Amino acid sequence: MRYRDNPAVRFVCFVLIPLLILIICAMNRGHYYSDLICLFGINAILAVSLNLVNGFSGMFSMGHAAFMAVGAYTSALLTISESQKGRMAGLPAWFQTFTLPFPLALLCAGAAAALLALLIGFPVLRLKNHYLSVATLGLIVIVRAFLDNEDQFTNGARGITGLPSYSNIVTVFVTALLLLYIMYRLIRCSSYGRGLIAMRDDDVAAQTLGVRLVTKKISIFCLSAFAAGIGGALWGHLQSVISGQFFYFTDSFEIVEMSIIGGMFSLSGGIVGALVMTFLPEILAPLETGLVIGGVQLPELYGASNLILAVLLILLIIFRRQGILGYSEIIMESIFSKRTYTGLFQARTYRDLAAATRAKLAGIGKGKQTCK
Amino acid sequence: MLQIKELCVKYDNIQVLHGISLELQEGELVALIGANGAGKTTTLSTISGVKRAFSGQIVYDGKDITKAGTDEIVKMGIVQVPEGRQIFSKMTIEENLILGAYTEKDSQRQKQNMQRVMELFPILRERRRQTAGTLSGGEQQMLAIARALMGNPRMLLLDEPSMGLSPLMTEQVFDAVKSLNDQGTTILLVEQNAYDAMEISHRTYIMENGVITREGKSSELMRDPAIKQAYLGGD
Repeated sequence: MRYRDNPAVRFVCFVLIPLLILIICAMNRGHYYSDLICLFGINAILAVSLNLVNGFSGMFSMGHAAFMAVGAYTSALLTISESQKGRMAGLPAWFQTFTLPFPLALLCAGAAAALLALLIGFPVLRLKNHYLSVATLGLIVIVRAFLDNEDQFTNGARGITGLPSYSNIVTVFVTALLLLYIMYRLIRCSSYGRGLIAMRDDDVAAQTLGVRLVTKKISIFCLSAFAAGIGGALWGHLQSVISGQFFYFTDSFEIVEMSIIGGMFSLSGGIVGALVMTFLPEILAPLETGLVIGGVQLPELYGASNLILAVLLILLIIFRRQGILGYSEIIMESIFSKRTYTGLFQARTYRDLAAATRAKLAGIGKGKQTCK
Repeated sequence: MLQIKELCVKYDNIQVLHGISLELQEGELVALIGANGAGKTTTLSTISGVKRAFSGQIVYDGKDITKAGTDEIVKMGIVQVPEGRQIFSKMTIEENLILGAYTEKDSQRQKQNMQRVMELFPILRERRRQTAGTLSGGEQQMLAIARALMGNPRMLLLDEPSMGLSPLMTEQVFDAVKSLNDQGTTILLVEQNAYDAMEISHRTYIMENGVITREGKSSELMRDPAIKQAYLGGD
């Protein structure tokens, strides 16, 4: 048995260690790192939901920022306090005192984004390939123009301030795990998912087997938008300030980058992409302000981290086009499949692990790898 | 069982089918032959609902299915095996077959179908955990047919099953088609390989530039000197 197929290894790598990190960070609430980890959780929702469309349906959307924006604004309007609403230009009177609890506001955020996806889905999803991508970019522009110029509900370009800080490690990761579980079951363990992948690989053949292409495309687009809306709402409650400028091209491209880096043909790829794109810029940040390496003071290089990320992305496209994870679903399988947990209580798991470890150590001694 | 009346089909402004009519009885194996671009594939795609008719009528079991969606037509029992072995090459053979039963929600029936199909094509049972892309051309064609059978079709629309196959493989595929028909599946077989198609079929339609020029019993048409010269390479 291979190392990575062993339930004990899977449990430690993908369940136990992440859980410990989350618990430690949750106890240091408000700390810089715990915010960063929240951001990672949100990014994971966004990237995985983008993979639903880009990796599994054969369409290529770049409009995630638009759905995020709709989600963030919806949830903001449903949760901000009366005094905040009082400062906004012309909210209708009945709306001044209307607030919803956070989970319901999140659901509404997702539903609003899904509704937008449904509305634009019918005209836009007739397009294919890059035409579809350009159309989704157009959607971002439309949403931005609306947010900046509509005054009554969105407060124009000033945006909305004072969103309650509902996003913390517990709420973000509970939501993320729920959404990821739904997406994983739907894609990998249902005939809906099989039909979807069939449509991606060959739409005519899928059609001749009775797969309804239009229904499939629209439903997956809406589901993806639903998750993106919730992601956007969580993001808003993390930053506590939102305005149109936060949901524009760069933000959309960032999610596309995550999906490509991690591997868009696997849901787990979205998680890996989010991990890389959340933490790598933070790690590279010291470069920009001039780092001291071995007593040598490097000059200040503003924009260096972006540059390095860009070069890494180009290299990845050349040498590993399918992304870091490729088609592997290892993270999702480890977290969500029963076998990981039942396997922990079987003696065979540990015998195999010991055998594999011995083989690996022997291999290292001889200077070559005998255990894959 | 299936009647096509005065069917016209257009791609944008170019008319491809100019009012064709054909008919299939239950249990028949009918060949539709003709040169490249005659409109054979268009005919099949229009029956299965992948392509829309411009005018004319398709009647199946007394019901007009001209405007029905592909999924409804599949549920009624007409399944098309598209040209060029369009299998899902990254999926395993088993997954391909399960997809074939996409409209069949009863998992018990699915399993029975899988058994039946694997008896018909033993090679698929042997390799069921391999990805479909690793199969040879002939095996892929068999998989494509097997996948269509998973939906329990009453009528199969086969599009050029011999395309790109060696003569030996072609023979095997045609044998399988014949035995399927013997077991009761009605088949409309589109082929460029006129000789083999006419040999196993009961009746044949010959198509040229979007119209049907000849029709009749395959055994009689094969003896016709004009057809021999045009399609069978005889003199």
